[in-house]
Amino acid sequence: MLSTVLALAAGVTLAGLGGVPAHAADKVKAAWVYIGPVGDFGWTYQHDQGRKAVEKEFGDKVETTYVESVPEGPDAERVIEQLARAGNNIIFTTSFGYMEPTLKVAKRHPKVFFEHATGFKQAKNVATYNSKFHEGRYILGQIAAKMSKTGTIGYIASFPIPEVISGINSVMLGAQSVNPDMKIKIVWVNSWFDPAKEADAAKALIDQGADIITQHTDSPAAMQAAEQRGMKAFGQASDMIQFGPHAQLTSIVDNWAPYYIERVKEVMDGTWKSTDTWSGMGDGEVVMAPYTNMPDDVKAMAEATEAQIKSGALNPFKGPIYNQASELVVKEGEVLPDKDILSMNWYVKGIDDAVPGK
Amino acid sequence: MLDAAILGAVLASIVAAATTLLLAALGELVAERAGTLNLSVEGMMIIGAAVGYAAAYGTGSLIVGTLAAVLAGTLLSLVFAGLAIWLAANQVAAGLATTILGLGLAGLIGAPFVGTTLEAAPALNIPYLSDLPLIGRVVFGQDAFAYASFVLLALVAYTLSRTRIGLVLRAVGESHVAAHALGHPVRKIRTLAVMFGGACAGLAGAQLSLAYTPFWASDMTAGRGWIALALVVFSAWKPLWLLAGAYLFGAVSILQLHVQGFGLGIPSQVLSALPYLATIAALVAISALKRGQGAPASLGVPFVPDR
Repeated sequence: MLSTVLALAAGVTLAGLGGVPAHAADKVKAAWVYIGPVGDFGWTYQHDQGRKAVEKEFGDKVETTYVESVPEGPDAERVIEQLARAGNNIIFTTSFGYMEPTLKVAKRHPKVFFEHATGFKQAKNVATYNSKFHEGRYILGQIAAKMSKTGTIGYIASFPIPEVISGINSVMLGAQSVNPDMKIKIVWVNSWFDPAKEADAAKALIDQGADIITQHTDSPAAMQAAEQRGMKAFGQASDMIQFGPHAQLTSIVDNWAPYYIERVKEVMDGTWKSTDTWSGMGDGEVVMAPYTNMPDDVKAMAEATEAQIKSGALNPFKGPIYNQASELVVKEGEVLPDKDILSMNWYVKGIDDAVPGK
Repeated sequence: MLDAAILGAVLASIVAAATTLLLAALGELVAERAGTLNLSVEGMMIIGAAVGYAAAYGTGSLIVGTLAAVLAGTLLSLVFAGLAIWLAANQVAAGLATTILGLGLAGLIGAPFVGTTLEAAPALNIPYLSDLPLIGRVVFGQDAFAYASFVLLALVAYTLSRTRIGLVLRAVGESHVAAHALGHPVRKIRTLAVMFGGACAGLAGAQLSLAYTPFWASDMTAGRGWIALALVVFSAWKPLWLLAGAYLFGAVSILQLHVQGFGLGIPSQVLSALPYLATIAALVAISALKRGQGAPASLGVPFVPDR
């Protein structure tokens, strides 16, 4: 709540400083809107690493700013509006809930380019981009099935949105490809970032028999909890090995740098177009941290799967896939279309739980 | 479903979750009993978490880190005291401003430490007692912060109800004009009470960043300072009720995670709301039971001696 005030204050300051019209500047001004603090060591941290990569790549030819901890909703619209008025040429808004605010502001500023992460609505000057994190999660599922002694994976989930649901399914499909009897316990914390709650969730899952923890929340707290209890875990967004030197098996690392550099370059060259990009491991946008704390054969399996996903030979959502009611959703040999993954609201067979709100 | 080992582990997590809230709320209770509404608990907690972590990381000593956190919380509370008590500014505005300052400063101080970690504060196992079944780990296997919260609670409860200092402090909170007329230094007493609150909030922050989740991240208090404030109201400004409130909130927030793990099919959003619903229900029950026993009469009213 108070970070809102800060964010708005920052937005106002930016607007006050930069009254220069976009075309008058000989350098590209790029701005980022973040949902969390840049120091979350998770989602926002990685976007900011991408922003820094843009600065490093273009040096004096680019000027970047960011506003952190911007709540979704009306506050976001005000912040984005301020950034547009401050003469930014391109504005990246990096949370699902910024979708409508971004579109609204974009309508008022047709000469400014907008990029919305994880959204599904484009406009002439609004592009969307996202990463196929579920590709990495399939590998996590396979490793978990090989490494688990109890046969139960603990999953700390944030909000029941398609990205999170498809992640759970992907982990489960990966696990079932190794051991069809794997179980998964899901705990929703209803927050992207609450370290103490994430740690409590990890402990609760471990107490209930999960010996491998995976998370779709943003802090390294769950990794630390697993390390303390002598369990294994997967990192999220960043390589979290320092938080779990004995616990971390691998980590899904978000690498936004290539995309950000490419898009800012397009603004410079005047070739920017509204696109809908969904990159994955093959494009280097989803990167696996080194495979550690596992036997060589498990590591070899993970690397082989990674190579197959990168080459396109393996798709986590390739049929046959059954839903919880044992109905065939994806036929043998077919692949679930992207739009169905992006709107997923059902669990695959074998998950002994219900999708929240269904 | 629940065997003794799990039950012990669950109870131990509840103690840890409740300790954060108890520490922060206890300090605020003292400040409010002296008549000062200090809304900067969240800010004092986060600055404690940041400075405590930075100091512990720099020196390698958790004790130095904890002391630094207590000092940082106290210093920030002095900013609030200067505004609200000595300049007689609006206490709500002063508290909110101080929280914003605390969040900003904490982010700045913590920035170099993002992505680092340190060894968690150890559980202080008491020989033999910690090995007792069930209660061993819960009662005798906690870290120093949990024990500190019990000692502080006992001290505060005793001081407020049984000592002259406590009597004067309560008098200042109930009627600062009368207390002033009797020759008590109202503003000094309030400042000391606010400083105690700052020290406690700093300690609560240290518990988060040194024991609970030993790393630094901005916003890692995630609103616990505000919950601590609510708990003071919940407790009707009584230390023992505060203990009950902190443990109720801690218990419900931990248990809802376990309930989900058991897959009972209750919507997680409902479960996440449970701690707050339980707090509201308890508030209603308490106000129904103890009508007329509420806030200190001078709470939130600035005192200007010459007026």
